[in-house]
Amino acid sequence: MGVDGIGARVARKEDRRFLTGKGRYTDDMSVPGMKYAVFVRSPHAHATITGIDATAARAMPGVIDVLDGKQLLADGIGNLICGWMIHSKDGSPMKMGAWRPLADKTVRYVGDAVAIVVADSVAEARDAAEAVVVDYDLLPAVTDPLQTLADGEPQLHPEAPNNLIFDWELGDAAAVDRALAAAAHVTELKIYNNRLAPNPMEPRATLGIYDAGDDHYTCYTTSQNPHLARLVMSAFYNVAPENKLRVIAPDVGGGFGSKIYIYPEEIVCLWASKRTGVPVKWTCDRTEAFLTDAHGRDHVSTVKMAFDAGHRITALKVDTIANLGAYMSLFSSCVPTYLYATLLSGQYDIPAIHANVRTIYTNTVPVDAYRGAGRPEATYLLERTMETAARELGMSPAELRRTNFIRSFPHQTPVIMNYDAGDYEASLNAAMTAADWNGFAARKAEAEGRGMKRGIGMSCYIEACGLAPSAAVGSLGAGVGLWESAEVKVNMAGTIEVMTGSHSHGQGHETTFAQLVADRLGLPIDSINIVHGDTDKVQMGMGTYGSRSGAVGMSALAKALDKVEAKAKKIAAHLMEADESDVVIEDGALKVAGTDKSVPWFQMALAAYTAHNLPPGLEPGLKESAFYDPANFTFPAGCYICEVEIDPETGRTQIVQFVAADDFGNIINPMIVEGQVHGGLAQGIGQALLEGVRYDDSGQLLTASYLDYAMPRADDVPSFTVSTSNTPCPNNPLGVKGCGEAGAIGSPPALINAITDAIGNNQLTMPATPEKVWAAAQPAH
Amino acid sequence: MYETNYHRASSIQEAVQMMGAAAEGKYVSGGMTLIPTMRLRLAAPSDLVDLRHITELKGIAVDGRSVRIGAAATHEEVATSAELGAVCPAVCDLAGHIGDPAVRHMGTIGGSIANNDPAADYPAAMLAVDAVIVTDRREIKAGDFFTDLFETALEEGEIITAVRFDAPAKAAYQKFANPASRYAMTGVFVARRNDGEVRVAVTGAGSNGVFRHQGLEAALSANWSPDAVANVAVDASDLLTDLHASAAYRANLVKVMTKRAVAAA
Ligand SMILES: Cc1cc2nc3c(=O)[nH]c(=O)nc-3n(C[C@H](O)[C@H](O)[C@H](O)COP(=O)(O)OP(=O)(O)OC[C@H]3O[C@@H](n4cnc5c(N)ncnc54)[C@H](O)[C@@H]3O)c2cc1C
Repeated sequence: MGVDGIGARVARKEDRRFLTGKGRYTDDMSVPGMKYAVFVRSPHAHATITGIDATAARAMPGVIDVLDGKQLLADGIGNLICGWMIHSKDGSPMKMGAWRPLADKTVRYVGDAVAIVVADSVAEARDAAEAVVVDYDLLPAVTDPLQTLADGEPQLHPEAPNNLIFDWELGDAAAVDRALAAAAHVTELKIYNNRLAPNPMEPRATLGIYDAGDDHYTCYTTSQNPHLARLVMSAFYNVAPENKLRVIAPDVGGGFGSKIYIYPEEIVCLWASKRTGVPVKWTCDRTEAFLTDAHGRDHVSTVKMAFDAGHRITALKVDTIANLGAYMSLFSSCVPTYLYATLLSGQYDIPAIHANVRTIYTNTVPVDAYRGAGRPEATYLLERTMETAARELGMSPAELRRTNFIRSFPHQTPVIMNYDAGDYEASLNAAMTAADWNGFAARKAEAEGRGMKRGIGMSCYIEACGLAPSAAVGSLGAGVGLWESAEVKVNMAGTIEVMTGSHSHGQGHETTFAQLVADRLGLPIDSINIVHGDTDKVQMGMGTYGSRSGAVGMSALAKALDKVEAKAKKIAAHLMEADESDVVIEDGALKVAGTDKSVPWFQMALAAYTAHNLPPGLEPGLKESAFYDPANFTFPAGCYICEVEIDPETGRTQIVQFVAADDFGNIINPMIVEGQVHGGLAQGIGQALLEGVRYDDSGQLLTASYLDYAMPRADDVPSFTVSTSNTPCPNNPLGVKGCGEAGAIGSPPALINAITDAIGNNQLTMPATPEKVWAAAQPAH
Repeated sequence: MYETNYHRASSIQEAVQMMGAAAEGKYVSGGMTLIPTMRLRLAAPSDLVDLRHITELKGIAVDGRSVRIGAAATHEEVATSAELGAVCPAVCDLAGHIGDPAVRHMGTIGGSIANNDPAADYPAAMLAVDAVIVTDRREIKAGDFFTDLFETALEEGEIITAVRFDAPAKAAYQKFANPASRYAMTGVFVARRNDGEVRVAVTGAGSNGVFRHQGLEAALSANWSPDAVANVAVDASDLLTDLHASAAYRANLVKVMTKRAVAAA
């Protein structure tokens, strides 16, 4: 390993521009003649549009035009779609209701876009948007996921009777029922997974530019996956064919999933640019972000877990209702199915599992993947159930887990996944040691002396990352393949540009991907540039989500580097008159092993391009690309322990320690991994203690600003104790598993297990606000 | 934000003139409440008259135990005033827990009490120390000043110039912050005068804004001790239920915060 190679704590290359205000975000983009868009949005959760009068708005100062959904429809712009087909257990396909980028007949949530105003300034566009008169006939709304399936409730889409999108199952129901009947003990629980607003630091933005000369579109957008955006916008929304559409996702300030999807705004701005003849920029404000960014989670489940007399789990039965909001967002269908039910085995050897999932419409903003996507829901459900079972069985939570750990690999679960490697006990032991688990009783007693209730809780999570083997996901309904692509271009004097389809929006790819190249070629990290986020520069890509960039994106890079190295060795061998099999690459040079013969890297590169002295038949140049399709998911896992103190008089929770022991496989940059874990833990703590989207019965969003939606602040989180104990992933060239979501997946149950332990009451829902904890901590009457 | 005209006044008289000339003017001090409201298009003043540069509104003066805080004193100036800290550290402590550092460096005591947000901190202190709100026209006792949610006794165009009070013998403020906004979910300011009179003012919890709690005052006047709180009934029916907390929980917080304030005073 070199100083900049794999495993080194290299400072992030991109931070220089981020920390000095030199980042280039979509809203920073400015092109000649550019105008500004503001969207007219529905103030009602459910209504029929009976008329739109923009006459007054069009006449206002600075206004270029006001465009509505009828015009969009007339121009043939298609519906927004969900790209993953799920079939109900009766074989019928999911019921996808029409989602128009600008509603032309019906609005279905507060914030649904109705018209776009284009003007010389944002202020003028906003003034004019207020002057657009939209007549609505109000319809009754439904927001409660438990209510929406009932007869007589408001119907959102004619395609979906009783608002049911699909009723899907996975696993062997009969085997589970038999095991439940024969069980020595059954633990039952009702689990709510609260709805979250994603809140990336940079709100969404887009700039649509139509060039009439070339009949070509350019779309700057806050996307985690520009090529996917281009594909979907051309294949489904008829904006333009791919060769006439360039998508650029420049610096993006966080996504957490919310920037995977194609939203109405980028489609409408591109279309509006053609209609008006001017480039059109839109930037979301924070209230709009709360109203229109796809939310996360929002599950209600019941669980039954069966145990034999030896406390071994014999079966798990789960029934879940997942709220998908008013429309099916791009990946909304796979989140509560193949990213959720497939993880219900957790770290445990469970012979039989059955999950039934019903997804439903409500008059709320669409729900889709949010950091962890399905896996936090599975982990929370399972780890709350394990903790509850341990309490019911009078066992230590660690012992119950140890009794049920999977210990041999590969392990086939009853819910599709085949775990390739792991050592769950190692993480458990590491976490318990780091947390001084055995010293807890003394700490609890000491806290009691101060009038505080102290509790400890754990969570042993597993997740599936490295999305995903294309053929496998195709057989499960995915509309796309989930490979990744990389191209390595060695410049004429030897510096390197890597084009990757893995978009970076906070993850630090510009550093970690460069570390891989530096490691392989022995070159200084500053001679390596990572290029991403532009469909004109990067050959192809599927983007960044599901902790896939390391396992899939870097694996593609490793494959491309194999090709570059092979060709470089051929060239160098020829120059040194040696056999290419004797050439090694070391410290920026190509050397003949065991001799002092050596050609510097830059000289070999120059030779590749001067082409004066190449081996016969070899093409000039040195640029190689590769596609990598993973052979399996990767399975990061770990154990989190949280210790809290509750003030029984106020219900305030203070996290006194939080320990994370993770198995991420091989690690490229420990500092970046720790940063990812810290951020994930903060998000998980946010979900468990603070965050929760609330709509009222009429569909108004009550938590539409930071006055009412509580985000974690620095003093809400403790100083984390993190460590890793790694089993390399056998299924990719780098042995990496992925670390981007683990923190958010594993932490909520550890925290809720700790609070319920402290107060001696298991009935607690997230977010565990002071009032809820206070109420739950009251002595029973 | 709608378009507006900005004016910087250098004296009270000039500010009053500027306001008189404006179609629908508003004074602005720190702008920490007014500007966000304007950005959300919930307020649309034609003119803003900036009070922060008027010398008469600035400064904190302490003479013996009598205190005068200029209306344009920022939360930060109040929090860090050594003179005030020597006689009434509770008010410094309160100011030091408003918002975040940026808010504290811009927001002012005059703006805060003129705004009378039902979850703001200062109104509790003003009531508990029996402050006098000094304006360009008159003096108003705190008890008469805070009239309803976001409502005060201020008349059209009236400017708060300062607040005056005698530092109590003992005082403390305890705030249970709303986890989202960090305004007071319930905040209690207790003050005990030399003659033994106790005032207990509660913010964040009342359905009609800041209020004094007679029961707690009586109990603490009789027995200035945290234990005196235990047997006082706090009626939840006058208290606020909202997205963040129920009246019953707030009633509990009123007692707990009072007890802790007495212990801290
Ligand atoms: C992020 C954030 C967090 C906050 N947290 C808290 C908190 O925890 N606790 C808390 O109490 N407050 C909090 N605030 C509010 C803050 O304290 C404000 O500064 C204060 O409420 C208003 O003071 P200002 O000087 O900014 O007034 P401005 O916003 O300038 O004005 C507010 C109102 O008062 C009027 N006004 C201003 N000065 C005068 C005057 N001298 N005479 C007559 N009328 C006047 C204005 O016309 C306007 O109507 C927070 C604000 C923000 C933005």
